[in-house]
Amino acid sequence: MSDADTTPTDASDESFEPVDVFSGEPMDLRPGADDCYKCTTCDTSCPVAEVDDDFPGPKFQGPEQWRLKRKGDDDIDPSINACSNCMRCDNACPSSVPLSQMHNEARGAFVERQMEKLSTEYIRNRILANYHTSAWFASKLPRVANFAMNFGPARWAMEKTLGVTAEREFPAFAGQTFREWWAERGGAHVENPDKRVAYFHGCYSNYNTPEVAKALVHVYEHFGYEILVPPQKCSGTPMFANGMLTDARRHARTNVEELAAAIDDGADVIASCTSCSMALRQEYPELFDITDIETVAQNTYEGLEYLRINEDLRGAVEEGEVDMPDMAYHAPCHARNQGLDRQAVELFRDLDGVDVEDVGPSCSGISGTYGWKEEKYDKSMEIGEEMFEHMEAGAGEEGMTECPTCAMQMEHGTGYEITHPLEVLREALTGTSAS
Amino acid sequence: MAIREDVLVVGGGLAGMSAALSAAETGATVRLLSHKKSTLRHASGLVDCLGYSGDDGPFADPYAAMDDLPDDHPYRIVGESAVREGFDRFDSVVGDSYRGGHTDVNALIPTQAGTIKPTARYPASMAAGLASDTRSTLLVGFEGLSDFDAPLAADRLAAAGVPFDVRGVTLRFPKKFRADAKLTRYARALDRDEEPDKDRAPRFDGVRRALAELVRPKLDGAERVGFPSLIGDDRNDEVRDDLEERLGVPAFELAASPPSLPGVRLESRFLAALDEAGVRRTTGNPVVDYESADGAITTVYTDNNGQRVPYGADQVVLATGGLVGKGIGSSRESVREPVFDCHIPHPEDRYDWSATDAFGDQPFARFGVVPDDDLRPLDAAGETEFSNLRAAGSVLGGADFAAQKCGSGVSLATGHVAGERAGALI
Repeated sequence: MSDADTTPTDASDESFEPVDVFSGEPMDLRPGADDCYKCTTCDTSCPVAEVDDDFPGPKFQGPEQWRLKRKGDDDIDPSINACSNCMRCDNACPSSVPLSQMHNEARGAFVERQMEKLSTEYIRNRILANYHTSAWFASKLPRVANFAMNFGPARWAMEKTLGVTAEREFPAFAGQTFREWWAERGGAHVENPDKRVAYFHGCYSNYNTPEVAKALVHVYEHFGYEILVPPQKCSGTPMFANGMLTDARRHARTNVEELAAAIDDGADVIASCTSCSMALRQEYPELFDITDIETVAQNTYEGLEYLRINEDLRGAVEEGEVDMPDMAYHAPCHARNQGLDRQAVELFRDLDGVDVEDVGPSCSGISGTYGWKEEKYDKSMEIGEEMFEHMEAGAGEEGMTECPTCAMQMEHGTGYEITHPLEVLREALTGTSAS
Repeated sequence: MAIREDVLVVGGGLAGMSAALSAAETGATVRLLSHKKSTLRHASGLVDCLGYSGDDGPFADPYAAMDDLPDDHPYRIVGESAVREGFDRFDSVVGDSYRGGHTDVNALIPTQAGTIKPTARYPASMAAGLASDTRSTLLVGFEGLSDFDAPLAADRLAAAGVPFDVRGVTLRFPKKFRADAKLTRYARALDRDEEPDKDRAPRFDGVRRALAELVRPKLDGAERVGFPSLIGDDRNDEVRDDLEERLGVPAFELAASPPSLPGVRLESRFLAALDEAGVRRTTGNPVVDYESADGAITTVYTDNNGQRVPYGADQVVLATGGLVGKGIGSSRESVREPVFDCHIPHPEDRYDWSATDAFGDQPFARFGVVPDDDLRPLDAAGETEFSNLRAAGSVLGGADFAAQKCGSGVSLATGHVAGERAGALI
């Protein structure tokens, strides 16, 4: 039985006890708050503050609210829910204040203590955060799901009753999930105890874009890596963004346990989604106290990054050639914080047959579940406007990004088809684009 | 090792970016490693050369004043021609978005605080605001914008003896934002010419026109209008042109305290130039360690939550900044350069690091690495720390950037020299 078969009971199980997310010693963010000297650089980097008059900005949400809370049991300001968790403030802060950690903690406390658990907003957010579960159900009957999820009256009803915007098209579910494909091909085709990676594919490339996951498999096997595909749950990214830390922690436990076991077997962990790798590397150790969580963080890499470090990827790409349309590349916010925002553009600069242009530092505006919320949709599109304009001004007629929800937004705003860098890399290395 | 370049520049500020550009021009492959977004976004956008030295200044001609600087000042080490080359590089990056390149003479630029700063280059958006210009001036601030009090700034400029009449007014921005709205919110509203609020500007479609109509009755003969540095962001020129046309007088931005949009705009011009020059960039993780062999650095390591990524290079430029930029660190015991542990001379007793007069001659302000003629940091015995390491910008000792108003020029000049020499050795 695959891990996916054991999943749905989790999030549909409403009988969970809210547990203290920060078990043991209370987490002390004092040094982080004290490091803030109120330069407000974070505020000028915040894409939400630029368009949302109700949002007081990351400096308030982070160190200021933290200090205010020390006085007593004041409520957390509900505006914390307007933060999209793009984490740009982390990268902007010259003083290394752990802003996103403060936001995640405040949002978790708000949801746990102040949010009405029977409210439409809570239920909607919980469903969006647990995309893993909805996708599991949908993947059982993908064609029916694809029809039903984009059936006009159903979408109208979802917007009216749940507040999920009817403006967006739901992403299509693949006829065959990546894990089904992986099982069908008999797992790894390369065995190599010296070069082993554990692939954290995440929900999206399993259920929606298995081509990305397959590309990763082909690329890594091309370099002689043995690939492990351990059981896994949601990385937690949509849960952090919705303050569902209890859900996130439960999923993190499984992921850490499984990935730590793979690391024990000599593997490094790789992810193709930059928000998944971000969660494993940064949010996990910041938010949870789970055995081996640091080991997992320190041994996790993004898929392209790992090859850049360990193989002569530049040399291999220089020798390759592809036949692809010019592409407008958007760096996901979560890629930026890991120092990955330039790697695809710089790598493919040396590749014949494709021209990849960076559309600049703007945020796509969707930020995972943020842009799916009916009340956030317009802001999400306002934030994305700059990216859409730059995409359309460039030469390319297609787009490229690592992040599945940025890809949704790019497609939604421009109608472009969106490719993952690993798909380009597969064609460059193996000369084929199909699996 | 997989990630390898001819020249590695550590630090993404003005010095690091200049070094990377000059190194790339020699034909070397270059990577720029920076911990965070560029420090240019913490800067005013003004690019100074030399304004003061000790009790002297403000200088009209910074080049004429350089000979009198102390021997250990970075300008004395690289020489006047290197300073000129550094500014030439700057001019080629910014094109006509900056002014001041036509002369050696310093410009005097008014700031949002009502002070005047001598500077060598300034954004085109500030050109109509020169303090040496005698046209009468209206400063316009907005309610709720705590960084700028227009009447106060006007009074302070008048008290400083500027050769023009100056008044300040505080208006309600034609669109209502939250009380502590970010400056990016104002800039965006003007960039996109958003619809004003009916109760603030009932008759107009866009905030630009509405703003002009609010300012017009306050002009009262003023021959130019100054705004805080948020008159548009991406479309700064367009917004300014629009306001000028509607008001019939030139409009300008005042230099702001950090973070400022002119600094952010300057950052994006440099990033575009780096991209154009083929410089590879990695931003987001600090450099924490290195390896060396035979007195040369072979590899530096960045850190991401305990995970180390190696970057190899033949030549390395250290441009991590000074005390504020954290390129120089201190504890109760000592002052040190944290990446390569280069020697930084400082008094044994930490009470000698600072002077009791806050605005006096502060020893700590000049702390930094001591370079040889080739900008290579020297150890306590006067030997080079590493044969392939050069330093640029405020990590260098000998200059008091805040007091002398020379930070940008030192970064441009030493960045250029360090990058060019590193690249030439490849």
